[in-house]
Amino acid sequence: MRAYVETSGKGPTMSTEITVTVNGTAHTEAVEPRLLLAHFLRDVLDLTGTHVGCDTSQCGACTVHLNGEAVKSCTVFAVQANGAEVTTIEGLADGDTYSNVQQGFWDEHGLQCGFCTPGMIMTSEALLKQNPNPSEEEIRAGIAGNYCRCTGYQNIVNAIGAAAKAGK
Amino acid sequence: MVTSNFEYFAPTSVDEATSLLSKYRGEAKVLAGGHSLIPMMKLRLAEPGILVDIGQIEGLSYVRKEEDGVAIGSMTTYREMATSSVIQSNYPLLADASARVADLQVRNRGTIGGSLAHSDPAGDIPAVVLAIGGSVVARTRRSKREINIDRFQVDLLTTALRDNEIITEIKLPGLASGTGTAYSKFHQPASHYAITGVAAVITISGETCTDARIAVTGAGDKATRARRTERILKGKELTPPVIRRAASRAAAEIGDALNEDIHASAEYREHLTRIHAGYAIDQAVAAAG
Repeated sequence: MRAYVETSGKGPTMSTEITVTVNGTAHTEAVEPRLLLAHFLRDVLDLTGTHVGCDTSQCGACTVHLNGEAVKSCTVFAVQANGAEVTTIEGLADGDTYSNVQQGFWDEHGLQCGFCTPGMIMTSEALLKQNPNPSEEEIRAGIAGNYCRCTGYQNIVNAIGAAAKAGK
Repeated sequence: MVTSNFEYFAPTSVDEATSLLSKYRGEAKVLAGGHSLIPMMKLRLAEPGILVDIGQIEGLSYVRKEEDGVAIGSMTTYREMATSSVIQSNYPLLADASARVADLQVRNRGTIGGSLAHSDPAGDIPAVVLAIGGSVVARTRRSKREINIDRFQVDLLTTALRDNEIITEIKLPGLASGTGTAYSKFHQPASHYAITGVAAVITISGETCTDARIAVTGAGDKATRARRTERILKGKELTPPVIRRAASRAAAEIGDALNEDIHASAEYREHLTRIHAGYAIDQAVAAAG
């Protein structure tokens, strides 16, 4: 499982083979243990919908689902996802049909620049799975780990509310 | 941000994990949910040569009602604790504090064992468990011991845990009838870490406080019992003046070790400790009645 792949200034670098199922497709890759899941998705699998904002597990732009639960992929090593199922923003739509949350963000214009949107949507999906009928207060608490620096959150909250209604 | 290189192991049993810790003693760190360790590694405040990931070990995530209390598996996440009916009914403050750690995503990953082992000075769980009482079960390859929670937090980011030990379980005692609990914190709005938090577990019989355990986090180097506050409460009827006087002593044990950083001055933290001790005691007393 382990092989020396390169030699950096600090000595040999180990690589570990992992298999991660991302949006339904199994990927087997040899990675450095220190590779973060966010960078595995973006740089190895070329799924750049997952954004890296703060890189300090605060802003939530990198949120993906790991075995169905929302996590900040900048704070998970790719090797920790070995054998797991990951869903990213690219895996939400069914062909041309948006998920309820994606449609909610479209209809309510739940974004401006769009940088936070993938993470915001992944967290909202998880929130509605835990609580399909949240109050406005519960929506705001649910997205406390996702920062938007444009909208002031109002349209995002409306979007999640609309998705909850559509899910009924 | 990229961490230092490390060698990675993902054992599937506690025996395998503790063997690795013995073999690489001093070099290896345990990786649980990773939400304290990975940020520290990114900042290169921690540069372990070897990581032993205990996330692949089955059977470390549970909440189990026992004859004399509740046993919680060390890999139980904040979310699992916040939504556990056993924890909600037996230790409402633990469910409440768990629901208020950071955010939804962090609560899905962070664990009770990781929080205790990391012993962040602003962590919520160390103070809550300290107020409940109980013990931390630690295993090595050959032995198993229970560390009383009162002796577990030693210093800043330092516990009684040895570097060849893994926390497998947290044992919490059953609380006497007439016990009320509460956790009150003033949090940093971005991280939701406690700038200051106070956990209170108070037992009232008739009109008299028969037992009180109060613990403070965020104010000093580690979670600390406010024993002077407890002494003022015990044996008395908890009238507002008694609670005020007890709360005013809540930072006494921390003394000169009050934290001072960009979030709050030492003076402000002392103030917050008194205020939140008052809130926590008030709420615990109301819950006891």
